[in-house]
Amino acid sequence: MARIAFERLAHGYPGSSAYALKPMDMVWEDAGAYALLGPSGCGKTTLLNIVSGLLQPREGRVLFDGRDVTALSTERRNVAQVFQFPVVYDTMTVRENLAFPLRNRGVPQAAARARVEHVAGLLGLTAMLDRRARNLGADDKQKISLGRGLVRDDVAAILFDEPLTVIDPHLKWELRSRLKELHRQVPVTMIYVTHDQTEALTFADRVVVMSEGEVVQVGTPEALFDRPAHSFVGHFIGSPGMNFLPCAVEGDTAILPGGHRVDLPRGYGALAGKVELGIRPEFAAIARDGLPVTVRRVEDLGRRRIARVELDGVPFAATLPEGMAVPAEPRLALDPARMHIYADGRLATGEG
Amino acid sequence: MSKPLDNRAWFLVLPVVALVAFSALIPVMTVVNYSVQDSFGNNEFFWNGTGWFKELLDPSTDLGGRFFDALWRTLLFSALCLLIEVPLGIGVALTLPRKGWGVAASLVLLALPLLIPWNVVGTIWQVFARRDIGLLGAAVNGLGIEYNYAQTPLAAWVTVVAMDVWHWTSLVVLLCYAGLRAIPDAYYQAAKVDGASSWAVFRAIQLPKMQRVLTIAILLRFMDSFMIYTEPFVVTGGGPGNATTFLSIDLVKIALGQFDLGKAAAMSIVYNLIVLTVCWVFFATTTRSQSEAVQ
Repeated sequence: MARIAFERLAHGYPGSSAYALKPMDMVWEDAGAYALLGPSGCGKTTLLNIVSGLLQPREGRVLFDGRDVTALSTERRNVAQVFQFPVVYDTMTVRENLAFPLRNRGVPQAAARARVEHVAGLLGLTAMLDRRARNLGADDKQKISLGRGLVRDDVAAILFDEPLTVIDPHLKWELRSRLKELHRQVPVTMIYVTHDQTEALTFADRVVVMSEGEVVQVGTPEALFDRPAHSFVGHFIGSPGMNFLPCAVEGDTAILPGGHRVDLPRGYGALAGKVELGIRPEFAAIARDGLPVTVRRVEDLGRRRIARVELDGVPFAATLPEGMAVPAEPRLALDPARMHIYADGRLATGEG
Repeated sequence: MSKPLDNRAWFLVLPVVALVAFSALIPVMTVVNYSVQDSFGNNEFFWNGTGWFKELLDPSTDLGGRFFDALWRTLLFSALCLLIEVPLGIGVALTLPRKGWGVAASLVLLALPLLIPWNVVGTIWQVFARRDIGLLGAAVNGLGIEYNYAQTPLAAWVTVVAMDVWHWTSLVVLLCYAGLRAIPDAYYQAAKVDGASSWAVFRAIQLPKMQRVLTIAILLRFMDSFMIYTEPFVVTGGGPGNATTFLSIDLVKIALGQFDLGKAAAMSIVYNLIVLTVCWVFFATTTRSQSEAVQ
């Protein structure tokens, strides 16, 4: 169990001067549940492998509880890692698989046995302890991989690298909630890499959103939804993602395409670069009063309906309230409290 | 679902039947025919029933004694080859580079002995190990070790086994290397996370993942070494005395040297059955242990 900190950490792969992971400082609190979220190739697996020691960072330090572990090998860091594809040792039984990390570290037989039974109980593997691991289904194999991570009670952290990729959709829910449940029972730092926002938002207390080798926001799922720090987070979180309208800002008024003026919840100073107004579709509704729009089509998402509209040629997603037909002269009503201003993609802090 | 039956389909099988008959069935039946007869040359044959087989399987007879001596020699040779080539092959495969220019270089280098024809390998070693002009033979004798494969049985055995190791270890290496390369990186990473020593990695990951290719390698190397003929024939001619007269060499001596077609035919049938039986038993046990593991 450990608090993990990065100091000026950066990484690039050999033969390239570009950063795969841009310099960053971050702290992950002990016993927290963190998710690293981002599209493929954003550097999240790189960061994870640096934590576990499978990769040596090019610059900076990794600290576990204030102790510099940058140069330590994976074995000596005492972390557990679950990989995208389940890894089981074919010739061993489930029990032997779970005991493997303990045996390698010379834990006494009796203690190891008790520990294995305990973890098997947590994961629902007790019934198959004496079966060969080779012929189990992908989800049971992944539970074994997970169990090998949990079996050591002194690990600094458990790292998950997209562990549910090969799991059938109906089992994903079960495993994910089991993970969440485990984190409640076993207070250990858990770091979960995924490109699936649902997985990240349901698993983690804090989500680290990454894009192109850069950490763009760290926050609770609510914060990512309510106040995206970067337009990338706005787009990436939520489905559909946040709307961005090019605009000009004068104090607490935004001037939208077509010259429409909108009152903002706070005032802004001079803004440099490309200025945009961001608002989530959940807070923009089709109404009888507001900005005039043309409705292109309506998508029925089951629980709610999304209207794809155009506001003076700019595409925009809005909510079509329940029971409402598309009006003859559709208008768009924006919730003023939910509007944010972005300058060059970054959230601008206003006053008041 | 029922499939339409059309007996005319049998005609499509005919070409294969004819081909197999000419290339395998008829020659084998000729051998079976010889094995129950005695010939005195001039194409004269006399019925001998199971006489040759009885003699062959009775070590107290002349033919039987000769057969069992050659059989034990051949089995010893196969055992030595497997015992050296398989561990050595695994060991070399484990040390081969996994990326970079070294991969191509070492693979080409390893494949070279496999490309050399048997009799050329024999000739190379025949000269290489000679005590007067051979690099190896002269060097060993120069060190003060008495070594002459034409005179002492031990030297002859060392030479013949070394030659086989030189010629065929590469095959085991290449098969094992292919097996090793098929192991995903995640296994090694997981083993690191689990704190496994390199011995534990070998036992828990590499060896089990190589099981299939090793089965093939052992089977191939057993069959080849058990049937070896050309190389020892070129180097030692079966000598000194009968020290390196393996079954195949003895068989040719009987069949073509003494023109005892009956004895030779009986011997080749028994020889063939031994190879088949050993391979079948080996294959059945390994595949059964694999399918047991699956259940």
